[in-house]
Amino acid sequence: MATTFAKAAEGTVAEQTHAARIEHVSKSFSGPAGTQLVLDDVSLDVAPGEFVTILGASGCGKSTLLNLVAGLDRPTQGSIETPGGRPALMFQEHALFPWLTAGKNIELALRLRGVAKSERRPEAERLLELVRLGGAYGKRVHELSGGMRQRVALARALAQDSQLLLMDEPFAALDAITRDVLHGELTRIWEETNLSVLFVTHNVREAVRLAQRVVLLSSRPGRVAKEWTVGIEQPRRIEDADVAELSLEITEHLRGEIRRHGQH
Amino acid sequence: MASTDTAATVKKDDLAGLEAGLDALDAVEIRRTPVREVLLKKVLPPTIAVALVLAVWQILVSAKITEETKLPAPSAVWDGLVDMWLQGTLLEVVWTSVSRGLAGFLLALAIGTPLGLLVARVKFVRAAIGPILSGLQSLPSVAWVPPAVLWFGLNDAMMFTVILLGAVPSIANGLVSGVDQVPPLFLRAGRTMGATGLKGTWHVVLPAALPGYLAGLKQGWAFSWRSLMAAEIIASSPDLGLGLGQLLENGRNNIDLPGVFLAILLILVVGIAIDLLIFSPLERWVLRSRGLLVK
Ligand SMILES: Nc1ncnc2c1ncn2[C@@H]1O[C@H](COP(=O)(O)OP(=O)(O)O)[C@@H](O)[C@H]1O
Ligand SMILES: [Mg+2]
Repeated sequence: MATTFAKAAEGTVAEQTHAARIEHVSKSFSGPAGTQLVLDDVSLDVAPGEFVTILGASGCGKSTLLNLVAGLDRPTQGSIETPGGRPALMFQEHALFPWLTAGKNIELALRLRGVAKSERRPEAERLLELVRLGGAYGKRVHELSGGMRQRVALARALAQDSQLLLMDEPFAALDAITRDVLHGELTRIWEETNLSVLFVTHNVREAVRLAQRVVLLSSRPGRVAKEWTVGIEQPRRIEDADVAELSLEITEHLRGEIRRHGQH
Repeated sequence: MASTDTAATVKKDDLAGLEAGLDALDAVEIRRTPVREVLLKKVLPPTIAVALVLAVWQILVSAKITEETKLPAPSAVWDGLVDMWLQGTLLEVVWTSVSRGLAGFLLALAIGTPLGLLVARVKFVRAAIGPILSGLQSLPSVAWVPPAVLWFGLNDAMMFTVILLGAVPSIANGLVSGVDQVPPLFLRAGRTMGATGLKGTWHVVLPAALPGYLAGLKQGWAFSWRSLMAAEIIASSPDLGLGLGQLLENGRNNIDLPGVFLAILLILVVGIAIDLLIFSPLERWVLRSRGLLVK
């Protein structure tokens, strides 16, 4: 916990009290079958430098919420503030551009951010180094494995230099060992930077493995059902006993949320 | 403190090693096809097909199954070709048509690209002219020759008009379908990076639409070439210079059957050659660089 405060203090955003503030946000979609309320009065703050995971069953509105925070869509009600500017967003699919090499994908993000041409290449190399893909600069996306693609995608997200990183189940499609490795990388990078992370997942252990705070969303409509602060020290492992213990507790609540829907 | 530090370092190095191992195991190996295989699989089959056609042709003529006035001997066509070569007119005739065709194509490219982009990106424009544009593709471009002659007379402007009316819809439609097929994920990824509006079009939409656009260009070239030949055949005039279409028409007027066959073969060969030399390599390069081409 102490590290969090240290980060907030040394960051440029010391005055800011939050990296994201989601206030009374509701979102409904209207389709042919009528209007569907997906998110109902969700309020949530992410502190500068904080790592929060949002946990919920499939279809509970996690992606919808992240899209709102990313500014890709507007809430029906309520407001969302991200004082640090436009957040970076990582998807479950890598979403790298196949017409560019790994390095050029990162350079595009730098360019769109306004980084001078001469600085782009060294910065891209540094970011690839950061995700331990030093040799991948000239590689095409299809030449990389799934885990490598997600690491390049992470590097590209970091290239945006946002204070807030949104991650929408970015490791869900990876095999267990690769996912485990990427958990370690993400934790390391989060500790090395003063990034705030809002990470969405349906995987309870993943949520506990990564986060300082786990927020459980209910389904239909999505509401904040419960919150846990995770006091376990990093580096954690997904197999750690205390991770497992808290996961068990949270899983019981998640099951309870899901069970409610079978009752009517 | 020190002990936890070393523990952390060990754990980190451990992770790096594991990662390196995973990367090595997962690395996708890209193999280039050896030249011999290309020759065997890509060059041999069409060569055999052409040889077969020539053989059947020769047999039909030698066995006198067809009359000489209906089907000239391959040798007669070949002699015609050699004659043209010796007179120095062969390259001139081919170049007259090719330069016209390519210039018209480039013009069509310059018009069709922004037009396609407009139709793809602006809803009102799409609703207004989208259907007309795809409808125009099914109109044989030879239909444009009479009005073009009436508008411009027998000159290059008439030729270019016919080429444009044939090729612009193909190029524009190719771009439209290319843009329509851009995965929404790319657009969203671009938007989160700040690629919106013109920046989004330039950095995301256009490169993502490139494969569809190239397919449109390929078709656009075929339409350019066809339109040009139609124009040259119908509207031949000494002022226009001798192109392949006029060569064909002259052959008909002089009842020179080998000449007619020669002209048809030349038109065919040039059309195929431009496609093989320019468009196919371009398309393959784009697809391969994106991992969309297995071979
Ligand atoms: N653009 C949309 N239009 C209509 N319904 C949508 C749209 N996006 C999401 N939904 C609905 O919202 C619900 C939540 O979706 P989503 O946020 O993707 O869930 P999650 O990411 O938690 O799996 C789903 O029932 C889905 O059908
Ligand atoms: Mg989702």
